[in-house]
Amino acid sequence: MKIKTVNITIDGGSIDVEKGNTILRAARQFGIHIPTVCYLENLTPYGGCRICVVEIGHEGKDKTFLDTSCTHEVKEGMVIQTKSPRVIRARKMLAELLVASAPNVKMTQDIAARMGLLKVRFSMEDSRCILCGLCIRMCYEQMDGKALGFAGRGVRRKVSMPFETRPETCRLCRGCDYVCPGVIVPCQGIKEPGELCGKCTRLEEIPNCCPTGTFGCFCDQNPL
Amino acid sequence: MRKIKSASDLERWKEDILTKQKKHEMVLSVCGGTACHAYGCKEVRDRFAKVIQKIGGRHKIRLMFTGCRGFCEKGPIVTIQPQGIFYQKVQEKDVPLILSETIEKGKVLEHLLYEDGVTKQKVTSEKDIPFYQAQRRLVLGSNGRIEPTKIEDYVEMGGYQALAKVLFKMNPDQIIDEIKVSKLRGRGGAGFPTGLKWESCRNIPGDIKYVICNCDEGDPGAYMDRSLLEGNPHSILEGMIIGAFAMGANQGFIYVRHEYPLACRNAEVAITQARKAGFLGKNILGSGFDFDVEIAKGGGAFICGESTALIASIEGRPGEPRSKQIHTVEQGLWGKPTSINNVETWANVPLIIQKGSQWFSSIGTEKSKGTKIFSLVGKVKNTGLVEVPMGMTLKEIIFDIGGGPQNGKKIKAVQTGGPSGGCIPASLFNLPVDYDSLTQVGSMMGSGGMIVMDEGTCMVDVAKYFVHFLEEESCGKCLPCREGLKRMGEILDGITEGKGNEETLSLLEELATVVADTSLCGLGKTAPNPVISALRYFRQEFEEHLYQKRCPAAVCPSLIRYSISESDCTGCGACKKVCPTQAIEGEKKQNHRILSELCSKCGSCKEVCKANAVIVL
Repeated sequence: MKIKTVNITIDGGSIDVEKGNTILRAARQFGIHIPTVCYLENLTPYGGCRICVVEIGHEGKDKTFLDTSCTHEVKEGMVIQTKSPRVIRARKMLAELLVASAPNVKMTQDIAARMGLLKVRFSMEDSRCILCGLCIRMCYEQMDGKALGFAGRGVRRKVSMPFETRPETCRLCRGCDYVCPGVIVPCQGIKEPGELCGKCTRLEEIPNCCPTGTFGCFCDQNPL
Repeated sequence: MRKIKSASDLERWKEDILTKQKKHEMVLSVCGGTACHAYGCKEVRDRFAKVIQKIGGRHKIRLMFTGCRGFCEKGPIVTIQPQGIFYQKVQEKDVPLILSETIEKGKVLEHLLYEDGVTKQKVTSEKDIPFYQAQRRLVLGSNGRIEPTKIEDYVEMGGYQALAKVLFKMNPDQIIDEIKVSKLRGRGGAGFPTGLKWESCRNIPGDIKYVICNCDEGDPGAYMDRSLLEGNPHSILEGMIIGAFAMGANQGFIYVRHEYPLACRNAEVAITQARKAGFLGKNILGSGFDFDVEIAKGGGAFICGESTALIASIEGRPGEPRSKQIHTVEQGLWGKPTSINNVETWANVPLIIQKGSQWFSSIGTEKSKGTKIFSLVGKVKNTGLVEVPMGMTLKEIIFDIGGGPQNGKKIKAVQTGGPSGGCIPASLFNLPVDYDSLTQVGSMMGSGGMIVMDEGTCMVDVAKYFVHFLEEESCGKCLPCREGLKRMGEILDGITEGKGNEETLSLLEELATVVADTSLCGLGKTAPNPVISALRYFRQEFEEHLYQKRCPAAVCPSLIRYSISESDCTGCGACKKVCPTQAIEGEKKQNHRILSELCSKCGSCKEVCKANAVIVL
C-alpha cells in the first residue's frame, strides 16, 4: 500500500511527510529540533506546556498563527517556521514562566538555558510539579492504572489520586515516577531561589560547572 | 394538554387560546426576572393574587408573572394592559392601592410612574420611556408579554409557527440557505456565521449528530442569556428544533449552569410541555422527524462556555478545552458532529424563519445583521438589558438608553465583551457597535456585557479585577494561561501599590502578547485584552501609579489617604460610629480627625458623611 503524503514547508525547506503526522514528529524526522516539556513519544499529546509552539501559515496566505506542534497535524501546503522571532519570543517567555515556578526541576533549567535566559523577571517560587501531566497519561495509557488525575482549577491545580487516597488500581509500578521530570534536580543540586543554572551553555564555564564531567548535559533531556 | 399532530392542529389550538384569552378584561403582569426577584417581586405577585381573589376578579383580571423586562434598575415592574400603564419600583404595600385606584377607578398613580431624568415629567406608558424608545426588542420583546411556564402564551403569540413552516414547507437545504442569507452571526461573541456552521455540520457524514444550546454565561455583569432562557424558553427550543431538523440531529442539549436555578426550572418546564404538546419527541407534528432535548447542568465554571470544554463537561469529564484544529462540527460530543450555538442565536432562528431573511438582513450594518442584547451596567442611570440594532453608536446606547452618568460625574470608558473584551475610551463613543468595529478598537462583542465606567473608576484596578477573575477561572491546563495570568496579576497588584519601575509596563505588555499568542483556548487567548486595551488607551494612569505614586481616580487603597476637612466637618460623629478600626477621633460638635496609622481605607466614613467632609488625597 502506498503511504499517503502531504507536502509542507518547514523552515524554508520543502518536505513530504506522512499524512496524519504531527508537525513535531515531522520536524524531528527531518532533524529539526523543537523543545518540548509535556511531550513523550507513545503518550497522547497533551498541548499543555506550549513550549513546542511553532508559527503556522499556509501557502499563498499572509496570516499566520502559533500552535503547539505536538498536537497540530500536518496539512498540504502548510508553511511552518520553528524559529521565527515570534516563536522565539513566545518560547522565551514560556521558559521564564516555567523556570520561575519550578527552578529546582532540571528540565525547566535546561529549557531556560536552551532559550538563553539570563535573568528571571518574576518572583521565584519553588514548586516541584510542573503540571505536565506525564504521570497521569503514563498511568492511564501505558500502565492501565487510572490512579492519577488533575484536581482543582487554575493556580490550585494539582496532580492527585481520587480523594487523595491510593486506589486499588495503583499497583505501585512507579511508572509515574519514571516519567516525572520533577524528580530530577538541576545538575548542581538544589538551587537558591532566583538562581539560574545554565552555565553549561557558556563554554568557558563548563569545566567549573559540570559535576559529572559529561558536559552539555542539558541535551540529554531533550534528544533531537 | 392536547397533543398537536399536524400544522392545522396547531392553528386550531392557537385560535382556541385566543378566544379563551379574550374573556379577560385586563392583564396585570408582574416582572419575575432575577433582578426583580431580588427587589421582592414574588411578594408583590402573591399579594396581587390574594387581593384579586378577595375581590372576586379572577375571571376579569389575568395576573401574569413574566420573564425579565430589561429595566432592572427600576424593578419590580408592574404593567397593566390594555391601558398600557407602566409602574416601577412597586412594593407590596402599593398593591391594594393599585387595585382600588387604577384597576377599579382607572386612576393612574403618580408616585409609581417613571420620571424622566431630564424633563422631570412623569411617563405613563412603557413605549414613551426613553429607555425603551430607542431599543428594538425583537428577541427580548416577548419576555414581558408571556408567562414562561405557559406554552399557551407562546403559541398564542405565534410560537411554533416557524417550526410548522420548516417541517412542512421547507427542506433542510432551504433552511440553511435562509439562515445564510440572513447573515446571522453567532451571538456568543466570536461572531461566526451561523449558516456556515450549520452547513458544515450538515455536510459531514454521520447518522448521529447533536445540537447544543450554550447557556454557560459567566461574564461579570452580564445576564442576557439567563434572562432569555428564563423569560422565553420556548423560543430557544423552537430554534433548536429547527436547527436540528436542518442539520439532521435527533438529540439536543441545553447546557446551563446550576447557579441559574430559575433558568433551569423554566427550561425544564418548557421541555416537559413541549414534549406533551408534541413539539419534542417522536414524529414531531406528524412530520416523521424525531428530536428531543435534555438539560445538562454545569457546575458554574467560566471555562465551560468554551465549546470543547463544554463538550467535555457534558461527557462527564473535567471541563478542560482541547486543541481545536478539528472543529466541533466535525468531532464534537462523543466524537460526533455537533453544532453549539448561543442562547440568543437560537432565539433569533424562529424570527428569521417566520419573517424571512430579507427582513432580518435589513436590520443592522453591512457585516453584522439583526439586533444584539447588551446588559448595560455600571455607572449609568438606567441599568438593565437593552436590545439594539447592530450599528447603533455607543453614545446612543450609553446616553439615550442608559440615561448618561450617575451623580453628574463624567463617563470615562466602557468595557464591552466582559473579561475577554477591552475598554473603549469616551473619545471613541461615536463607534457603531458591531462585531468588526469593536474588534478593530481592541475590544470585542463578547456575549454582550457592557460596563460603563466614570472618573471614579481606576483603569488599573479594572484591569486587575478582570485578570484576577480569569486567573481564578482558568482551568490550569496550559502554562501561559495558568502561570502567565498569575504573573500578570502579580504585576498589576504591584502597580496598584505603586511598586515597579520603567521595565514593569514593558514586561506586562510582553507577557500579555505571549499569553494571547500561545494559550490553548479562547479564554487564554483573549484574557490579556483588558490589560492590552487599558494600556493602549489609559497608559497615563498606569504611569501615574508607577512614577507619581498616585491613583488619579482615588481607588487604589495603597496610594490614597483619607482625611477630614476641618472647615466642612460638623462634628456629628457619624463617621466615628461606622469606622471598623476606630481610626477616627474627636468630640461631639468638634472637628474629627482620622488616624492614618489605624485607617483601613474602607471608605465607610466617606459614605456616611452628610457634609462631604471626608476627602480622599
